[in-house]
Formats: sequence, structure tokens, C-alpha cells
Amino acid sequence: MDPKTYDVHDVDVAWCPGCGNFPLLAVLKKVLAGLDIPPERVIISSGIGQAAKTPQYLACHYFNGLHGRALPPATAIKAVSPDFTVIVESGEGCSYGEGGNHFIHTIRRNPDITHIVHNNMVYGLTKGQASPTSARGFVTPVQTTGVFEEPFNPIAVAVALDAPFVARVFVGEQNHAVKVLQEAIQHPGYALVDVLQPCVSFNKVNTYAWFKQHTYVLDTSYDPTDRAAAFRTATDPERFALGVIYRTERRTPFERNLSAYAANPRPVRQRTIPHECIQAILAAKTV
Amino acid sequence: MITAHTTTIVLGGEAGQGIQTVETLLVSLLRAADWHVFATKEYMSRIRGGSNSVTIRVSRRRVQAYAEIPDILVALDASALAHLEPRIAPHTRILGDTAVLGSARRITDVPFQAIGSALGSALYANSAAAGAVLGIFGVPFDLVSAHLQRRFSAKKAEIITGNVEAARRGYAIGAELQSSGGLRPPAPPDQPAGRELLVNGAEAVAIGALAGGCTFVASYPMSPSTGVLTFLAQQAQSCGIIVEQAEDEIAAINMVLGAWYAGARGLVTTSGGGFALMVEAVSLAGAMESPLVVHLAQRPGPATGLPTRTEQGDLQFALYSGHGEFARIILAPSTLEEGMLLTQRAFGIADRFQVPVFILTDQYFMDTYYNIPTPELPEAEPLHIVETDAGYRRYALTPDGISPRGIPGYGSGLVRVDSDEHDEDGRITESMAMRVAMVDKRLRRVSVLTAEALPPRLNGPADGSLLVVGWGSTGPIIAEAIAGLGRSDVGHLHFTQVHPIHPTAAGILHSARKVVLVEGNATGQFGQLLALHAGVDISDKILRYDGLQFSVEQLQEEFTRRL
Repeated sequence: MDPKTYDVHDVDVAWCPGCGNFPLLAVLKKVLAGLDIPPERVIISSGIGQAAKTPQYLACHYFNGLHGRALPPATAIKAVSPDFTVIVESGEGCSYGEGGNHFIHTIRRNPDITHIVHNNMVYGLTKGQASPTSARGFVTPVQTTGVFEEPFNPIAVAVALDAPFVARVFVGEQNHAVKVLQEAIQHPGYALVDVLQPCVSFNKVNTYAWFKQHTYVLDTSYDPTDRAAAFRTATDPERFALGVIYRTERRTPFERNLSAYAANPRPVRQRTIPHECIQAILAAKTV
Repeated sequence: MITAHTTTIVLGGEAGQGIQTVETLLVSLLRAADWHVFATKEYMSRIRGGSNSVTIRVSRRRVQAYAEIPDILVALDASALAHLEPRIAPHTRILGDTAVLGSARRITDVPFQAIGSALGSALYANSAAAGAVLGIFGVPFDLVSAHLQRRFSAKKAEIITGNVEAARRGYAIGAELQSSGGLRPPAPPDQPAGRELLVNGAEAVAIGALAGGCTFVASYPMSPSTGVLTFLAQQAQSCGIIVEQAEDEIAAINMVLGAWYAGARGLVTTSGGGFALMVEAVSLAGAMESPLVVHLAQRPGPATGLPTRTEQGDLQFALYSGHGEFARIILAPSTLEEGMLLTQRAFGIADRFQVPVFILTDQYFMDTYYNIPTPELPEAEPLHIVETDAGYRRYALTPDGISPRGIPGYGSGLVRVDSDEHDEDGRITESMAMRVAMVDKRLRRVSVLTAEALPPRLNGPADGSLLVVGWGSTGPIIAEAIAGLGRSDVGHLHFTQVHPIHPTAAGILHSARKVVLVEGNATGQFGQLLALHAGVDISDKILRYDGLQFSVEQLQEEFTRRL
């Protein structure tokens, strides 16, 4: 399928020139086209922020909800319509800060969705405050003497929670990113893809050059099914590993755990409750 | 005794003592013996200990309201007497074990504990207590025995025998009290009602949800709303629906909005504090024009308040919840039948009008049960969705403000819903002209909602000596209190839809000569809405906010004072 299938015309793009969201948008189109998933079979749930505007510029169904709350609707959408590809797209403030509790519990619940987190280590739309992943010492108009909090490590948290698929990509490595994202979508269960990208307007530290210097692509000798190794890789204090950091086949996706699908594969959106079912409940309560 | 045809029994004891087992036993068996029954409870927020009570009314006629003064008080421990003291009337017969309660009061000694101990376990005391009450009412003992055997069928044989024997000994004492002890229950109903539905408020709301086509439930447990979640979870497999306990209320309501978007019908059930966390998503429903059904079981606030008590204190909170301006509907069932029918209705109208619909109940309503004829539940309204095409626009501007709703997977169009202000396609816009068009569109449906509102129910004259105005769970209590006055010049105007208020309300209220408002809160919240939307300022209010429901006796006294 041609990535242009996902183009949206006549739209006023709200991103700054040179924004790291542009290459990611291009990557996403290639990912979906490469997997032959037509726009009408893709639902993107997004939060609020510049990253969360991605589905506005992509031909797909979308649910552009609240800041921090993209995961719960996505979980429900996948449960009601398991026959769709469901993607969550949002920034690190939305996914790890405002929505931190959902991040933890969505991994526990394990819906078969792909969670793409645009991570530029700064709050862009609110004009340059620290984000949960900003490095210590990062100075902003609010963190005037520099961030003193320890940066949030989403990869280590996801590995600790035994997320079925945990990966990191960099928008400067587009072909690599396409391959990893395709694997993420195909992997059953929750898949986290943390995307390193620069914010050209508000982050003068974590630039393209900085990311090039501080990342490396995992080679074929790396075994992503080794959880202890994954944890060591995730907590490397020097450099960010790119690629599939952890993967497991042990977890059953949320939808498959639901009793609603135990004997009936029909998507819940196509169901009604049989009248006999209600009659039976009433009969059981009749004295 | 309020009336000659009804006996009010109150059971008092501590949590964990089996008081609920006794309640279930009595209500099921008295019902099986064709009595009309009503039961409700008040309890402390703890797992064991404290002092709790259950009120059971047994009647020749239908009974649907709480009365506070017991004809028979069964005290299972000494603290029950102290706790229930304010409710004891001169005619109240107190049954209890004087070895436990002491003999300071005139207590009819029924040695529950001794019976239990003699049979090998103090736990059998509950069956002895239930047996005594059933003996008073002359419920055939083979019914009692069969019920106990069913109930304890999973236990060892000696436990079954112990309970049946304890009930038999209690029963003998009860029968004796009836024949020679001056404890005369009303005669049984002349015309047995036959088998009827026996559900509590939580079950009524849950059944109504299923009848409304609810296929997705997400919630976080919170008293007193949890019963709805529990009941639906137990039906999930057989009905083929999804029920999920979310990590918090924020996740729950956002899941439910996702479920509606994808084509399910979703419900959240919660209470004040949990609902407070959901409020941003109520606003999201407003922006997205998503249908949404929220069951809000009220308890006294602010904050944690009284977790296990009742109040009608969250009406205006529900009404004004969510930033920005958008339409909504608030329903407040007064009877269990309405609990079912209005919840069913909520799903249809939420879907049809693409608005949040609230079912406002309270702890009293959740925990109250009585027998009703099984209602004819109509088929659920079909999903109000359209098949989309390539040119589909989710927010197409329409004369009534309601755009045809599409879902992903039905038709070839793309369905885009947005929290940001958006254009007809659902894409973010900052066009001020579009902003105004969208606000107007979202609010245009208010006139449709008002026209479709449920009118208030008027019983008796509006322009008599007194018109009593109430809403929600107080309905049957007000009705019985008025009936007890024995006067035809007192009217009752009751609202089961409290927003938008039906246009007929203003005319009825304006024609009244003397009006009194009954509300379970401290500020007369519904009265304020009537002033605002019906132009009637009711200065005379009967308000209660101590955590307990109004009783028939209390209201009868209040009404009498005004006549």
C-alpha cells in the first residue's frame, strides 16, 4: 500500500517547522502502508499536546480525548472492536506524567494496542517547562535552578511490569523506527514504543546531534526475551538503546481474557443483549 | 404501628454478626408466604463491629417506604438497644436474650444465644432469631426448614441440622408469643399477590442498564454504588458484555467514552467523590457529543463524608459538573420499578440525543428492596447510528443540533471525535465562526430535551391545603405519609426527571396555595432549580442531612403541623 493513502489534504498543521513530529508522521504512514492496514481499519486514541495532534494529519479514525487519558479509551475501543488496529499516540507529559497511573495499569491489563510516546524531554505546547523525562539540571522558566527530580524511565518501568513489547526508536533513524513500529503493532498485547525526538523550539539540549551521540541501535546479538538483560539495558546511565528492548509471548491480551469473548468472537459493538438473558435474571429474582 | 395492616420489625446488631443473613432469610420467607415485604438498612463504615440495623416491614398491602418505629425490635446485642433507643416507642416489643441484654428494660426474653450454644455454636443464634419472627407470623415451618437447607447446602450436615434446629426452637417461642403473648401480626393478605420480583435498588438499576442495552461497564468500587457494578459483573458472561474494574474513576469514565465511540453502550456507576474525579470526562462527553450514562449513588459529603449513609446532596454537582456549556439530562427514580425503567430509558435517550444522562440515586435507594410486579421491560432502543460513507462528517450542522452518529466499522467513512473545538469533520479548529456554530449546535438540543422530559407526577390536588414537592428516592415515603393523613386535600408533586424540568411543572406549582419542599440535603438544591427554571420560590422546606432517610412518621408529623 502507498503511504500517501494516509495523507490528509487541506489541513493547517500546528507543528513548528523542523518539529520531530514530522518525521514520525512520515514513519507512521510507512508503517501502516507496509502492513497493508487501510485507514478505515485504524483507530488512533490521543491525548493533548503537539504529539497528540498526529491523527489530525493522518487518514484514520480518531478519538482525540483528554490530556493524560488516551490509554483508557483505547483499551475500551480495542475491547469493543478487537478487529481494529488500535494505536495510542501522545507525548511523554500526557503518557508518563498526567496519565502515569493509566500507563502502569494498562500494562497490567494488557490490551492489544500500540502505545507510541513522543518523548522530547520538554513540554512544548505550554512553552518549555520540564517534562517527566527531562534530565536533571535541565533549566526552564519554571525549573529555574534546574530539574532536581530523577527522570522517569518508561522502559525500565515497562520491563518491570512485564509489558509484552517494549521498544525505543529515534526519529533520526527512520528505517529502523518503521521496522520496530511494525513489530510493535503485530505483537499481541500492549506494546510501548518510546520515540526520542527533538523539540526544536524549547529544548536546546536534546537536539538531533545530542540524540545521535547518546543513542545506539541494539545489534543482533541482543536477546530481547532476556528480562534481566532488558532491565540492565533500560537502566544504562550513559546511552539510550534503540530497538526492541524487551519482548515476551507469555501474556494474554485483555480482550482474550474477557468472558464476553470466551464463547463468542463477535465484536461487542455488533451485539445486543438477548431478551431471554434479561428474562432469566428477572426469573431468578422472583419470589 | 403506623397502620393495622403493617408490622415493622427492626433487627439490630453489630457488623459481621449475621444480621444481613437474618434479613435475607426473613424477607425471602415472608415473601414466599405471600406477605408484602419491604426492607432497608443503615450501617456503619466498617467490616466488623459497630451497630447496624435492618428495618423490615411486613404487610397485607404493598409497602415501599421506610418507617422508623418498630413494632418488634430484635436486639442481637446490647449496643443495638443503645443505638436504636431513639426509635423505640411505648408499644415496641423488644425481643432479645436477657442474658446478653440485661433486664433493665422490659424485654421479652428469647434466649437466642442459649439456643445456639446448646446446639453447639453461638452462630446458630441468628437462625433462632429468624425463627422467632417467622413463628410470630406463622410462616409454615417446612418453608423455613427447606430454605435453611438450601442456603446452607454447601456446609457440613451438622451445620445444616444446627441451623434448622435453632430456627425450630426460635419458631416455637415466636408461635407462643403470637398465641398467648399478645404479639398479633396483621392477618395475611386476603388476595396473595403471587410470585413477584424482589430486588434492591442496586439490582433494579443494573437490570435497567441491561434492558437498555448496556454492553460495557467500567467503574471503581465506591459505596454505595458498588452493588450495581457487582451485579453487572456477575451477568457479564451470560449476557456477553464487558465489565471492568478500572484503576481509578478517571480511567473508568474515559473507557466508557471509548466504548460508546466504538459502538457499545457504556455505564459508569459511582458516588460523589468518585464522580468528582470523572468530571473532566463529563465535559469531554459534552465536547465530543458522546452519549454517556452515569449512575451516581449519593452519600453525604463533602469529601469522604459519611460513606455508608444517604443524602440527596449531589444534584447541583451533577447538574453543573464539567467545564464549558453543554446539555445533559438528570433522572432520579423514586421506586424500584422506576429504577429499572428510567435506567433503561437513560441508554436510549443518551444515544438519541448524544448527551450525558445521569441516574441519581442514593444509599437508601441502593439498599432498599421490596416486592413489585415484574415490570414489562420494552426492548432496548436500537443503537442510534448511521452507516457512514466517504464524505461522512461526525459534526454535521443540523437543525436540531444532533448530527448522525457513525462508529468505526459501520460504513466506509472515518469517524473523528475531538475534545478540542472542531469543525464538522471533527478536526481541530480555531475559527471563531465555527466555534460559535458548534456551541449553538450543541445547545440547540436543549429544546428537544425539554420537550422530551418526563413530566412530574401529581397525586391529589395541586391547589388543596398543602402540596408536597419532592424528587427521587423520597417518593414512596412522602406518598405513604400523605396517605396516612387520611385527607383528600393534600397533593404530592414528585419529580423523577430533575433536569431539564418539564414545562408543566411551573403551572402546577403556580396553582398551589401552600407548598412544602422535601429534600435530603441542607440547602434545598432542587428548590433552587425550581426557582430558576419554574419561577417558583418555595420558602417552606423540610430538609434532612443527618445521613438517614426521612421516615414515614417524620414526614406525617411535619405535614400534620402544616395543616
